[in-house]
Formats: sequence, C-alpha cells, structure tokens
Amino acid sequence: MSVRSTLPRSEVGSQNPHPDPPSQAGEGKPVEAPVDVELAKRRSRTARRRRLTIYGLRVLFAVVWLGSWELTTRLNWVDPFFVGQPSGVVQRLWTWITEGTALGPLWLQAAVTMEEALLGFLVGSLLGVVFGILLGRIDLLAEVLSPFIKAANAIPRVVLGSLFAIMFGLSLSGKAATAVVLVFFVVFFNAFQGVREVDRNLVANARILGADNRRLTTEIIIPSALSWILASLHISFGLAIVGAVVGELFGATAGLGQLIYNAGHTFDVNGVFAGMFLLAVLALIAEGLISALENRLIKWRPSRVSGEIPI
Amino acid sequence: MAGPAIELRGVTKRFATPKGGIYTALRDLTLEVGPGEFCAVVGPTGCGKSTTLALISGLELASAGEIRVEGRPVRGIADGVGYVFQSDAVFPWKTVLENVAAGPRYHGMSSAQARARARDWISRVGLAGFEDRYPHQLSGGMRKRVGLAQSLINGPRILLMDEPFSALDVQTRTLMENELLSLWSSTSASVVFVTHDLEEAIALADRVVLLTAGPGTVKGTYTVDLPRPRNVAEIRFQPRFAQIYEAIWSQLRDEVLVSYERQKHAAAV
Repeated sequence: MSVRSTLPRSEVGSQNPHPDPPSQAGEGKPVEAPVDVELAKRRSRTARRRRLTIYGLRVLFAVVWLGSWELTTRLNWVDPFFVGQPSGVVQRLWTWITEGTALGPLWLQAAVTMEEALLGFLVGSLLGVVFGILLGRIDLLAEVLSPFIKAANAIPRVVLGSLFAIMFGLSLSGKAATAVVLVFFVVFFNAFQGVREVDRNLVANARILGADNRRLTTEIIIPSALSWILASLHISFGLAIVGAVVGELFGATAGLGQLIYNAGHTFDVNGVFAGMFLLAVLALIAEGLISALENRLIKWRPSRVSGEIPI
Repeated sequence: MAGPAIELRGVTKRFATPKGGIYTALRDLTLEVGPGEFCAVVGPTGCGKSTTLALISGLELASAGEIRVEGRPVRGIADGVGYVFQSDAVFPWKTVLENVAAGPRYHGMSSAQARARARDWISRVGLAGFEDRYPHQLSGGMRKRVGLAQSLINGPRILLMDEPFSALDVQTRTLMENELLSLWSSTSASVVFVTHDLEEAIALADRVVLLTAGPGTVKGTYTVDLPRPRNVAEIRFQPRFAQIYEAIWSQLRDEVLVSYERQKHAAAV
C-alpha cells in the first residue's frame, strides 16, 4: 500500500489555496533574479536578430527573383512580349492609376470585383454555416441529402459561371452566384464536420446542467464548430475572388477579371500580371481582416505557439 | 427513513459494437444508495463503472432492469442530478464565471442573479480572482474546481462523479479529495463516486461497492466505518483503514487478474 501524501490537513489548509497557479500570470510581476533579467534580455536580442535576418532574406529573395526576371528580359534572353517584365508591370499599374483603364478608373474595377466577391462570400458562407449546422444536428437530413451534396461537390463548379452568365446576364448577381457556389461547399463541409466533432463530454455536461436543445446548439455546438468554420473562411474569400473573376471572364462590363481578360486578348502580358498583382493584394487584405475577426471571436483559445510559422 | 436515493434493480446494459456484435457492459446489477450516503464504486478496467453513472444520470437508458432516482424511474436526464466527468468537461469558450453560471442560467435564472451565485461558488472552491480566466489559462486542478462548482451550484441531491481526480497529480488530488469532503458535508447530497483507486474509495466513502470484471455486477459491498470528518491524507495510517483495504483488495485482486487476462487475450487475437 502506498502513501500518497504526507501533508497534514492543517498545513494543507494554511497553504496557498491555489497550489497550481496558472501559467499565464497576468497580474503582479514576480521578483526576478538578476540572472533571469539578463537571460530574458539575451533571449529577446536573439529573437530580434532572427526576425531581422528573416526580413532581410525575404527582401533578398524578392530582389533576386524580380531582378533576374527584369535582367533576362532586358538582355532579351527571353522575349518580354511573352513573359512580361517587372518594370513594365509597374508602368502599367502606374498608367492605370493615373490615367485609368480602358474600362474606366482603376478603383472602380477593383470595387466592382470586390463587391461581387464580398456578396458571394457573405451569401455563400452564411448558407454554408446554416446548412452545415442543420445537417450536422439532424441525422435524417444528412443521410437523405448526402449523395446529392457529394454529386454537387464533384462538379467542377467554375463551369456554372457560364450558366449564371445566361441566367443573370452581365449583372453583378451572376458573378456573385459563381462565388457563392465556390464558397458554399467549403464552408458547409467545415461547419458540418465541426458540428460532428463536438466533444461528447461537453454535450453530456451541458445536458446534465439543464441545457435544452436550443441552448445546446447556441452555447455548445456553434462555439465548438466556430473554429472549424473560421478556418474555412480563410480559404473562402480567396475562392470568392476566383468565383468573381471567373464570372467576369464569362462576360462583364467592368471588374479586374474583365481587365485581365481584355489585357490577355490584346497580348498585354504586363497588364495580366498587373491585374493578378492587384487581386493578390486585395485577397491578402481580406485575409488579414478575417484573421483579425477570428482572433476577436475565438479569444478563449490558447494563443498561437511561438515559433509556429503562419503560412 | 425514506426510501433509497438511488435504486438499481437487475440492471443490464448492452451496447451494439461497430462490428455488429453486442457488448454487455453490465449484467443484472443491483445497487442501492441511501439519502446522503457517499458510495464509492470500484472495479477493474472496463467493468462498467462509468456506464453505471451514465444510467443513473439518464444519459444512457438501461437495456433491462429498473433504475429509480428518489423513487422515480429514470426515463431521461432527471433534475437534481450533478455529474463530474473524468476528463475536462468545462466549456473552453466560457470564462470561469460563465462556466459556473451556466447551470442556473439553463434553469431560467436571470443572468445577473446567476453570476452572483456563481461568484459565491467560485470562492467556495477557492478560485476567487480567477472569474475572468478561460479554462486553458488554468491548471488541471483548477479546471477540476471549476467543474465541481459547475455541478454543485445546481444544488444536486444526487452527485455522480466519474474518476474526477484521476488526471491530477498526487498532491493536488489529496487536496481536492479533502475539499470535496468538506463541500459535500455542507450538503445533503447522495454521492456515487466511481474510481479504480481503492485507497481513494475507502478514504472518501461510507460504503464501497466492488464490481466484477465486465460484464459488471456487484461482487460485494463493504461498509467503511471510519469516523468523519476525515482527513484523506492521514486516514490511511489508521489500522482500521488497512483492515478494510485488505478485505476489499483480496476480492478485487481476482477481478483485476481476470480483466488483465482478458485484455491480454483480446490483444493477442
């Protein structure tokens, strides 16, 4: 027979009632020994140096990549007519900004595409979340609909763009609809999975504590599925832009996709690159906004492990 | 004296296995827990200890036999039952305060009132000052305290505990066991405490129920006539404690061996 603890009750009681303080002590700075201070300083110095090295290498990478592209085309080793040229791309962007594009001012094209993408993103993710939670909660519905959803998911959905071009004409809704079908499935599958993966213990606990079905959904199922849903939103906005651009390729009067389409048809390779560059910038801004939203909504999650590479 | 708080008569529980077979977790289990009694259930791995709790709580329904809680047959989750889970079951997206206030809110109490009561319970389990923390910011022992407060705030007349302290380190565990006893003594709740640890069972309980290796059924019950209030850390030095321990262990040992042989056999197949 083993003896677990030899601490008498009186001593136990008089001790700190929290024998296991949290790792993230927010309040009250502990008195640090000089050695610790020195160590902490050295550590932050090392971290700073490493950050600087990484930024430096990133700049170097960009310089080598763009520089070799520029150089080889300048020396006419490869024909800039086919592969474009960084300086040409910058020039094209500058002309678009100062003189506007063939389709009108540049900001208008960006705004049109973003409007389509945003609308498609909002509608698509809303539908995805609603259907994901519904099918995740109601087994019968999931079993009945699963073959249809699988079949719909198997279709290369960008081709629906041509269908929507017929149904909606040149209007904004056609492009948004293409974005919706791209976004919907990604969000739907994540929301569905998120609902299915809810910790059974948490559900049992909530039921014992007296939660009814509605509370169970709003207070346990949805928060639990939220990290899955938000993860899918990261990819979704990129897909919404793809949807909007593809929609524009099938026929539009404005938008970055149409701009790229026009550039392609007039053999303006630099114009195609400039359009791509703009789309990438917009997608990155959207991604940043979604990350900020995620951090606000899931503030209960442990903070990201330092050293994790955010790709 | 009123009837038993919990009554299981000839209870059998079978589960369908994923391969289409049937697994019998409990067979013909008969057990009674009196009002205000602290009853510990021990048994080897896989003897259906947790299943017993799930049946009493109404989370699972029995395949055969009858279960009554406070005289009423169990048909679903009953009111007045608290459940402390083996693994963490506190809600990670709620703060300590919101976690503890959840039960009263689910029972229709206003948010402000529920919070006020929750604050009281948080300080009772020694977590005052941690109301706004999220569970991931707490240690395992503190999360267990949150779990305790979360179930006790509903004032359960039946408290079911499924190896609640098995994941804690030894010192924290002894501390928590003592706190559980002092919290329990201020209530009149009947407790069913499932554990694989015989020492813990004897130190805490009025009565120890020994289950056989699965399918579980009662092999014997043993009254623990040690005086209360008890100090879990010291009680094991008493000669009476050792006597009871030996009496139960001589029976438990056989069941543990059976269970172990079966696991070896299952692993070999």
